[in-house]
Amino acid sequence: MNILEVRDLRVYYQTIKGEVKALDGATFSMAEGEIMGLAGESGCGKSTLGRSLILLKPPMKYVGGEVFLEGKPLPIWDREKMNAFRFAKVSLIPQYAMNALNPTKKIKRIFADILASRGMKLRQVLPALNRRFELVELPLEVLKMYPIELSGGMKQRVVMVLSTLLNPSLLIADEVTSALDVSTQKAVAKMLVEFRDQRFVKALIVITHDISLLYQIADTILVMYAGKFAEKGSTEEIISDPKHPYTRLLISSLPEIGVRYMETKLRGIPGHPPSLLEPPGGCRFRERCPEALEKCGEEPPFITLDSTGRQVACWRIAGNHD
Amino acid sequence: MIELEHVTKIYRLGTFGQRALRAVDDVSFRVAQGRVVSLIGESGSGKTTIGKMILRLIPLTTGRILFEGNDISALSGRALKGYYCKVQGVFQDPFSSYNPIFKADRIFRILKTEFFPTIAPQQWDERIREVLSTVGLVPEEVLGKYPHQLSGGQLQRFLIARALLLDIQFLVADEIISMLDASTRIDVLNLLAELRNNRGLSILFITHDLSLAHYLSDEAIILYRGSIMESGDIEKVFQRPLHPYTQILLSSVPRLDQKWEETEIRLKVQEGKRTAGCPYYDRCYLAEKSKTCAALKPQLVEAEVQHFVACHRFREIPKEVKHAAGQTRGTSLT
Amino acid sequence: MKKKPRKVKHEFLYFAWRNWKLRLGLLVVFFFVLLAIVGPHLTPYEPWAYVGPSARPPCKEFWFGTTMFGQDVFTQFVHGLYPVFLVGVLGGGLATVIGTLIGFTAGYRGGWVDEILNTFTNVVLVIPTLALLLVLAAYLGVRSFFIQAVFIGCTAWPWTARAVRAQTLSLKAREFVDLAKISGMRPAKIVLTEIVPNMLSYLVMVFILQFGGAILNAATLDFIGLGPTRGISLGLMMQIALLWGALPLGMWWWFVPPGLAIALLVGALYITNVGLDEVFNPKLREM
Repeated sequence: MNILEVRDLRVYYQTIKGEVKALDGATFSMAEGEIMGLAGESGCGKSTLGRSLILLKPPMKYVGGEVFLEGKPLPIWDREKMNAFRFAKVSLIPQYAMNALNPTKKIKRIFADILASRGMKLRQVLPALNRRFELVELPLEVLKMYPIELSGGMKQRVVMVLSTLLNPSLLIADEVTSALDVSTQKAVAKMLVEFRDQRFVKALIVITHDISLLYQIADTILVMYAGKFAEKGSTEEIISDPKHPYTRLLISSLPEIGVRYMETKLRGIPGHPPSLLEPPGGCRFRERCPEALEKCGEEPPFITLDSTGRQVACWRIAGNHD
Repeated sequence: MIELEHVTKIYRLGTFGQRALRAVDDVSFRVAQGRVVSLIGESGSGKTTIGKMILRLIPLTTGRILFEGNDISALSGRALKGYYCKVQGVFQDPFSSYNPIFKADRIFRILKTEFFPTIAPQQWDERIREVLSTVGLVPEEVLGKYPHQLSGGQLQRFLIARALLLDIQFLVADEIISMLDASTRIDVLNLLAELRNNRGLSILFITHDLSLAHYLSDEAIILYRGSIMESGDIEKVFQRPLHPYTQILLSSVPRLDQKWEETEIRLKVQEGKRTAGCPYYDRCYLAEKSKTCAALKPQLVEAEVQHFVACHRFREIPKEVKHAAGQTRGTSLT
Repeated sequence: MKKKPRKVKHEFLYFAWRNWKLRLGLLVVFFFVLLAIVGPHLTPYEPWAYVGPSARPPCKEFWFGTTMFGQDVFTQFVHGLYPVFLVGVLGGGLATVIGTLIGFTAGYRGGWVDEILNTFTNVVLVIPTLALLLVLAAYLGVRSFFIQAVFIGCTAWPWTARAVRAQTLSLKAREFVDLAKISGMRPAKIVLTEIVPNMLSYLVMVFILQFGGAILNAATLDFIGLGPTRGISLGLMMQIALLWGALPLGMWWWFVPPGLAIALLVGALYITNVGLDEVFNPKLREM
């Protein structure tokens, strides 16, 4: 049984100018123990997808689709009903997590408050908490401190422990490393993997724009563009053999250590993503795609290529496949 | 062209200024004409402070900054404006760099009022079109718009265009890429490289991202807590890092051609109190309670041609360094 | 694209008009202003003249009834509106100006200037204004509305100074100020052309709050007998009413109209402010 099943999820943003179709038909599933990387640039809908699975609030608007967590439906459109799931079954490590800690409360108090909202006492989870703190290399003294006394990396780790305390089935990590220094990034990313290895979480979605990071820690990568899925597959496949033109262009535009302008001038992707207020019909990447066909005026289906679960939404690939 | 001599910046904290924070500690380096030098460091390294001091936005505590041999802190009035004609900056957050209640191209108008008050409007428009095309922007798409109507990439390029209007010789680029999307990043980087190649522009590229630095720069300066740890020709620094900190940085960067080493990064609870010795002492795997490292701050020495390092024990770094820049995706490097 | 992106100005007005709080608040304030201007012409009586039987409840001749002395309450009411607005605008305006100047200088200059101004602000903040007024009352033989306005203006500015200082500090750190500096702009010009325009919306809201606060302040002072020695205002009406036993005698028409008017006016001003905040700050807007 898949831990997470999402079918045709649509979430739009209500704005004064109309509806922004930020997430327009997301369908995917996650197996137990899977770390899925959700990659894409700003405005592609990855944060919308992540956030809608846990807290769908205005201006986000649920338009359609179904979500199943461990076989049971997840009522993401109903904020009241979702209360029972939040933190216990689905949890989130938000972007800028360090700002999520109440500066007037000691860390201990923050933990106690969250547990109290679930009817639990801090005493009950203290042993488990100790082990978690050890895992993320935080000394226990941190509990007695105020958030302002901790560094950015420490706060991030505190939030990580906080979010996973009740062993949620699904953990969503939204750009958790972008605000951190390079050396802390690696440690924090590895800790996320450790959480999965120790079965604190059953499935982990890592939302980031940094594909290199996903190569290091994710099992599968899902690439999004302008509210739709472009490609999904195992990390190795996506990186070594990207099929969707967008994925290919994106990967080839990443400067890596070892590449220099003098020797290899990398290319970006000219143009910019379409406005999601009135998105173009057909493939949304069409305008910027160097390989666009006539058929791309019609929306390409997100088809499965083979038994490994590799999926691409591109007419060119679909054509070859047939 | 730009030279820093023993520049130090100490911030006084507390109501009566009792505590001192050394943001920049005895930093000296040089940026020659037509060279891109990367100032690499994490948060708290002092890199932004250095950039702002070069732009005369923050005063120095001690030391000198020379532009073409002249001390810039002596400049004022007309002379200062002359300095800004040649030295400009672009900052990290494109959205914060514009006054939100005005249109974006007001930044050009400001330049015209301050630097070119007598120029004919037609000529000015010509110049604007010229610089806009240099940075790859279509005038009709970006002129007359408010900042919130433009994208981050467009705004950054707009700022570079503004700097070009002045025909500058030196640009301070402070983390200008970090807030841009992956697909726009490379275009802005390429633009900077072209400016260096075609116009001989010198750039101080301040960043925390080593891959970007490696792509663009000729030289690198690794900064940690206000002091230079290592510097020199970028290939040498990245291929054979001699400072433990540089090694850690290089090994922490996520890459697409190899997985992270299984070596552990030890995270400290707090960065220890500043001692008189090496600023990196409490995180250094090489120091191993060495008394020298704890007590004596290492000076920059020339380990090989165009490669400097500030470390007492750099010779103990094994020749076969696992953390160095490797070969990527078929590009072979000599 | 079917729709062109709306310009900022129009967007502003769009939200301004759609905001019911702004509409309601402004309407109420406007109503009272109209009443203050037109009111005195609607009544044939003079405020202090003895024109009828004493303690009459509202009737056709005397719309708000009469006072203990047979004066027309309605006449007093509409005459008493003008000083309320006078003190509100003058006192509120003065407080805004002083607070803005001090707060802005402290925020922009920083350093020891900031420290000194902060200490000064804090001292003025803790001075008990009532005690001060009692002392002044003992020394000033005649108190006018003007003096009252000046007094309120000189004592109500501290919170404005703090708020403006905070705004200035946050604006100063924005990168467009740095950009202006490296464009060769002189500091005074930067303040005038970059920072002040950004603060205008904030200052409007600050003024409205000070306006409302000054009205309340004045009414309170009038009510406890520390108001002007001559003239009529809503607060003074209430004071006289209660002094002459309107409460135990059940003469509600004497003190309820002025009290209600003050409450409505100040309330309307605060609601207007909330509405303005939503208009200026896009994040607060309800869709």
